[in-house]
Amino acid sequence: MLKKRIIPCLDIKGGRTVKGINFVGIKDAGNPIELAKRYVQQGADELVFLDITATIENRKTLKDLVKRIAQEINIPFTVGGGINTAEDVDQLIAAGADKVSVNSSAVKRPELITEIAQQYGNQCTVVAIDTKFENNEWKVFVHGGRTPTELNTVDWARHVEQLGAGEILLTSMNNDGTKAGFALDITEQVSQAVNIPVIASGGAGNKEHFNELFKKTSATAGLAASIFHYEEVAIPTLKEYLKQQNINIR
Amino acid sequence: MIAIIKYNAGNIASVQNALSRLGYDSIITDNAEEILSADKVIFPGVGEASSAMQYLKERKLDKVILSIKQPILGICLGLQLMCNYSEEGNTECLGIFNNQVKQFPPLDKVPHMGWNNFEELKSELFNGIDATNDLYYVHSYYAELGENTVATCNYIKPFSAALQKNNFYATQFHPEKSADIGTQILKNFCAL
Repeated sequence: MLKKRIIPCLDIKGGRTVKGINFVGIKDAGNPIELAKRYVQQGADELVFLDITATIENRKTLKDLVKRIAQEINIPFTVGGGINTAEDVDQLIAAGADKVSVNSSAVKRPELITEIAQQYGNQCTVVAIDTKFENNEWKVFVHGGRTPTELNTVDWARHVEQLGAGEILLTSMNNDGTKAGFALDITEQVSQAVNIPVIASGGAGNKEHFNELFKKTSATAGLAASIFHYEEVAIPTLKEYLKQQNINIR
Repeated sequence: MIAIIKYNAGNIASVQNALSRLGYDSIITDNAEEILSADKVIFPGVGEASSAMQYLKERKLDKVILSIKQPILGICLGLQLMCNYSEEGNTECLGIFNNQVKQFPPLDKVPHMGWNNFEELKSELFNGIDATNDLYYVHSYYAELGENTVATCNYIKPFSAALQKNNFYATQFHPEKSADIGTQILKNFCAL
């Protein structure tokens, strides 16, 4: 039986983890490799690294970081943030990333999705969608959620699947940071509209939220950041709880 | 020395990283002599079957792979290319295993992506490992069951999670990405 995945997300700036981290036993809280290794030990199913600055001078730092992550961890990981061209993808894959995630750049130039999928396969091609419910419609936002687009979220999800995306990372901006639970409605709408896996993101505040996500939607993974960083929800406790709730979990 | 076959398939470095964590030296190469003189060979890869086969044929690596006498481990696309035929790009493959590779019907999410278990383990690759463990899979095509199947997995339908014939070993899952269980399988292979 295929298991539902629990995915911690690490925001990276200049090669360091941002957002505070208060894990006991990690000497250098800003070091993403230490944190990644900790998550692997705890049973994380995959990791996502998002470069939130993504400036040109930071690309080399990111590439070096990806190389070190690939040397140290033995589970799959996705790298996203600031990927605009097939060359950006080449560098990250060569450094050892298993998947890359594109967001604003794919809205700007949708062929980028096809280019990545043709070169590296659709399993390598993650499209991140930031969505917000406004005026009675779920719309796609870009540039870290700052810029609205005219795209309807479900339509865009269908389109990226056709273009070759192998997975969708769907973040509800209405829910992100609220700790009030995942956006179940749009997660299920997108999951039903496409036949590729959907990772739900935004709003996880406690272990019950993951149970609700997996019971009420067909999302194949749940992603969160701060609740794992701060150990408000520890991964082993979460996975044990979900097993008791009869969710298929590794 | 372990030779990792270099071809146009993504993320071969992760196999090398996994081997160096285990303390094994490896070389990523498409040189026939280096491949044939290695202690073990790994044939990794994610990618597309027809372009990968074409690349191998252009460099005569298909003949090299068939002539390997030492243990060789195909991973993911490597497993599929070691079969008879793949529906992906309508591709004649290496024919080491008498299996057909087919596309998953769209009865559930495709690719089959994530952690799944394996059953009916019948290879020394899996010494010390029981079937309750999960491994990392990511693929849209699968090898049918056959006489060389040494582990099975069920997603949409039962398929070959691993194949073996003489010195030819192959896994559909990625041992290099399957946490400690995957590491144990690679270790078992390296110790053959």
